[in-house]
Amino acid sequence: MSSAEMSTAEVTVLPRPSFAPPRTQRGAFWRLYRSEMRLLLRRRRNIALLAVLAIVPLLIGVAVKISTPRNGEGPAFLGQITGNGLFLVFTALTVALPLFLPLVIGVVAGDSIAGEAGNGTLRYLLTVPVTRTRLLAVKTLGVASFTALAVLTVALVGLVVGGVLFGLHAFTLLSGDTVSAASGLVRAVFVAAYVVIALFALAAGGLFISTLTENAIAAMATTIGLAVFSALLDAVPQLDRIHGALLTDHWLGFGELLRSNVDAAALIRWSLLHLGYAAVFLSLAWARLSTKDITS
Amino acid sequence: MTAGTAGALTRDSGRSGHPAGPAVRTAGLTRRFGDQIAVDDVDLVVPRGAVYGFLGPNGSGKTTTIRMLLGLLAADSGEIDLLGEPMPASLGSVLPRVGALIEGPAFHLYLSGWDNLRRLDASDRTADPATSRERIGTALARVGLTAAASKRYRQYSLGMKQRLGLAAALLQPRELLVLDEPTNGLDPQGTREVRNLVRELAFDGTTVLVSSHLLAEIEQVATHVGIMAAGRLLRQGPLTEVLADGAAVVRISTPDVTLASGALARSGLTGVVADREAAVVTARLGEHLPEDVLREVVTDGARVRGFAVERPHLEELFVALTGEGFDVLR
Repeated sequence: MSSAEMSTAEVTVLPRPSFAPPRTQRGAFWRLYRSEMRLLLRRRRNIALLAVLAIVPLLIGVAVKISTPRNGEGPAFLGQITGNGLFLVFTALTVALPLFLPLVIGVVAGDSIAGEAGNGTLRYLLTVPVTRTRLLAVKTLGVASFTALAVLTVALVGLVVGGVLFGLHAFTLLSGDTVSAASGLVRAVFVAAYVVIALFALAAGGLFISTLTENAIAAMATTIGLAVFSALLDAVPQLDRIHGALLTDHWLGFGELLRSNVDAAALIRWSLLHLGYAAVFLSLAWARLSTKDITS
Repeated sequence: MTAGTAGALTRDSGRSGHPAGPAVRTAGLTRRFGDQIAVDDVDLVVPRGAVYGFLGPNGSGKTTTIRMLLGLLAADSGEIDLLGEPMPASLGSVLPRVGALIEGPAFHLYLSGWDNLRRLDASDRTADPATSRERIGTALARVGLTAAASKRYRQYSLGMKQRLGLAAALLQPRELLVLDEPTNGLDPQGTREVRNLVRELAFDGTTVLVSSHLLAEIEQVATHVGIMAAGRLLRQGPLTEVLADGAAVVRISTPDVTLASGALARSGLTGVVADREAAVVTARLGEHLPEDVLREVVTDGARVRGFAVERPHLEELFVALTGEGFDVLR
């Protein structure tokens, strides 16, 4: 049955207009990425999360300034802060890693796809169309960027507060040797990069969980639960055989970077473990999202 | 007949670079959820340039069908061609030419109307960023939302949300618009505007697939209709033909009721009802020609004040096909 046959006698036939065939624009992916980052950074909740992270080094710095702790008390590197403000970066990361950073990443990664599904914007993104693979790619990149931003917030605020309150001096390594302040800064950059990679494993887990549900809160809680559960297993001595393979086991491994003889092989091994976790989670997320029925 | 006037303008579908053939075609489209069959062997045909009214009670499978057309749901079996290309295989090249409003609008609450459209425009790899502002402005103006462009979506009324959904579907020139319940939540004024918008778009050559509960709405804009119930497509085709399927009735106004009803019965018409008080005789026309019927009546000596052939409205046909108990517009 063609349309011509279906037309009735009284129909006036006009020439059909021509629609220009749509063409892919250059830089379309990066335009979508910028849009994703705007979406993340215009959200007050996400800004509040970054603010909470910024408070961590501020609080530690001020506390240490008011009352000098004795060596051996409190979290790692706490005693060294008075001698060198740079140590505030490491202390703040040590404090933020078990809870605050997983919390922030759990919220943003858990929300990434479940949030769009929950409020219905996912079906409109997919019919624009954003192909599902492209959507996952841009969401992964967005969550990874936010993870980096979260770690940078802790590190940079730590650096500034530490620098202002205690000064940045020649840097005494854990092994006792002293290196220049510049060399210390370079090590801090590597520490931050190591932590970003470690947390990206969790972020990828959050993305996968986010493809499983339309309930963003459930996805956030489950992602944070993933980190907590891993830490819990890590704390059970009877399970020490599997400790080395756990998601969170090597998160604090960045201390290795503060020795004179850095065990680069170990750092690379641990980073590959984290990237391996990320690869598995992202594959699962892709398998799930690319075949998912969108009923929301 | 309302359908005739509404559908009086259409476009030639043969000429142009695009392959001829329907804008939407499905063959044997089927989808189950568990042991419930939501869409059952549906062969949808939406000709190019048509305004296709997609009707059916709640839960009849309209939205599931639309979601399959747009690649949101996978079909269990059957084929889908959208604008001449197979779906979902050609999703990336077909959907930029399709605008959609699916089960109500959905946007980010904390972004303004403008920023929400910018978000969608940025997601479209075929959208030219250089013309983005202009296109967003035009789309908002077209649905009357210019004044509320910078307001947060959270503060929008239901009607404004619906309008923003339409604006999103109009960000680019579209060959096909799929509008699921586009007048939901709109006041009579807004409903009228949407109707005019659909006519305007159809005149510009866009094929429109519009699902609705509001049968009177559809009757005013549609050139074609399809009626679904319990997952099956019961009837589809040009509105005039679908309506003609319903039993036509002759209605004769005459003081000579006995003469007229006698003539009708003798001509072989069934269901003859004579109302002496109202001075009206009605009967089912069946296969008879109205002009022959009238000649018989007049030849028998009945004085005729009025003669009409009445066909059922979409609503009556709809109820006849899908049963009562459906929130039709009164």
